[in-house]
Amino acid sequence: MDTVLYNPAATVTAPAPWGRVRRSRYVADRALKVICTLFTLLGAFVLGWILLMLVVEGIGGLSPAVFTETTPGPGTAGGGIANAIVGSLILTVLGIVAATPIGVLAGTYLAEYGKTSMLATIIRFVNDILLAAPSILIGLFVYMLMVQPMGGYSGWAGGVALAIIAVPVIVRSTEDMLRLVPSSLREAGAALGAPMSTVIMKISWKAARAGMVTGVILATARIAGETAPLLFTALNNNFWFSPTLMGGVSNLPVTIYQFALAPYENWRELAWAGALIITLSILALSVVARLLLKKDKVR
Amino acid sequence: MAVVSDKVSMSNMQIIRRRTSPVFDQGFRWASYGSALIVLAVLAGIIGTMVHGGWPAFKEFGFGFVTSSIWNVGADQYGAWVAIAGTLTSALIALVIGVPISIGIAIFLTQLCPSWLRRPVSTVIELLAAVPSIIYGMWGLFVFAPLFAKYVQVPLSNIVEGMPIIGTVLYARVPSGVGMMTAGIILAIMIIPFIASITRDMLDQIPTVLRESAYGIGCTTWEVVRHVLLPQAGVSIIGAIMLGLGRALGETMAVTFVIGNANRLSLSLFDPSSTIASRIANEFNEAAGLQMNALLALGCILFVVTFIVLALARLLISRVKTH
Repeated sequence: MDTVLYNPAATVTAPAPWGRVRRSRYVADRALKVICTLFTLLGAFVLGWILLMLVVEGIGGLSPAVFTETTPGPGTAGGGIANAIVGSLILTVLGIVAATPIGVLAGTYLAEYGKTSMLATIIRFVNDILLAAPSILIGLFVYMLMVQPMGGYSGWAGGVALAIIAVPVIVRSTEDMLRLVPSSLREAGAALGAPMSTVIMKISWKAARAGMVTGVILATARIAGETAPLLFTALNNNFWFSPTLMGGVSNLPVTIYQFALAPYENWRELAWAGALIITLSILALSVVARLLLKKDKVR
Repeated sequence: MAVVSDKVSMSNMQIIRRRTSPVFDQGFRWASYGSALIVLAVLAGIIGTMVHGGWPAFKEFGFGFVTSSIWNVGADQYGAWVAIAGTLTSALIALVIGVPISIGIAIFLTQLCPSWLRRPVSTVIELLAAVPSIIYGMWGLFVFAPLFAKYVQVPLSNIVEGMPIIGTVLYARVPSGVGMMTAGIILAIMIIPFIASITRDMLDQIPTVLRESAYGIGCTTWEVVRHVLLPQAGVSIIGAIMLGLGRALGETMAVTFVIGNANRLSLSLFDPSSTIASRIANEFNEAAGLQMNALLALGCILFVVTFIVLALARLLISRVKTH
């Protein structure tokens, strides 16, 4: 047990002879180590439990029909979630395509132009709040901003809602990564006579590229599973949605939400299959993002 | 060969000599400035929408909107107290359960974990934050709630039945597993990765020399954590907790699955209830007129509360960083 609990790489070697130490100190120390280890195991256990649940419940529902057929009506047998998967992909891509330029440019402003100015400080503060703001309120905001004036739910509104969630993530990661770029690189560029925009695009962005891409991937992972902001914007649709994306656009999270609580067996099976697909995709994206950053650091 | 390479370098020089136009340079500057302002505009827009949309409800019911616990769509009478109490209680349960676990995980990662295990364990804990909230909802409703009802609610209700106070707070009239307590537990799991990773970063920033000198005078790991690390990180850990609280207050889908969605003020932690976010998720699509205003007013209250909490979190965390 000791070898596991003690950090062999630490510069500190813990005292070995416990015999001369007061018993209460020994107990407190042991208790801390055991409890902290148990808490960590608990966290890992819950993640494992959730994944196991998804695989056990979802694998049975996975069939080719899931990817080819549309969502079944009430009481209809069979069916798939093809329209929901495609809809989710479209909404996520819309969101990230809208959010990436805004997020990257805003992050660039904070790191390269604004720096410690009053405005930059305020925007940084506001961005941090948006980063953790309740996503359902963003759904309400876009409902009032787009759905009501446009007279109906639409995929565009869903895309905007997802973009609003993705922007703060990208702003934060872009700024953090640009700040890691040594200013001597920028000075070298400026000394060659390059204007600010060239220095930023050709030097800062290039140096921070891996981190910025990671930020965008993490933002994609974040919005791919969001349900609450889509409830009032893209809503859902049990058929193929209109190519103009007007009206409800089917998407995985809301489909899962509706089907999981439905009384029909095949609906629930599809919900589990969808849950498995979406969770594995998101976890894969998150892991890829991490590996990308790690590889860059090693290099 | 020399001729060829000369030609290449000539053409290269021409490319290099092509200068970025000052118009583009200015345009780039304005584009990034404008994008940064969009962030501000979004926040202002959210506040504006909530206040504007909720205003009729605030005007109609006055301060009574906050204190009344009547939510009757038929009679067009709306009061927010049940949802507010539900939001606060579930978030509080989440903190009580989640904070010790998060700090424990952070201590494990920074003090106890062998260095080769650090990265994988950190990733596992952070992946808890990547799982979509709807998946937590399904896990909570279909897996956790039945087990919770069978192994906790039923035995506990049998034990505490008839006792004063505890008999009310911990008694489940309908042991279905769904209710305030389950919502709090799910929320606790959801906020753990956020609190744990910030606390871990803060503990990492503490100079090793402090730790080493404490070990050097013979402190045990517990004493180092209790008397050196936690006081050093103090304020920023509170900031991390506030951030977790902000997340817990606004969490929607997971809570909607497991809280039971009842508009009832109950003293028992095992009874179904609702939160601001779950009520908006449940009712907004079918709402019209004053009900919609009332829901937007609820959103306004939620936004103000989370704004204050998150702003405090941000101030507390950044204060330590700059020192």
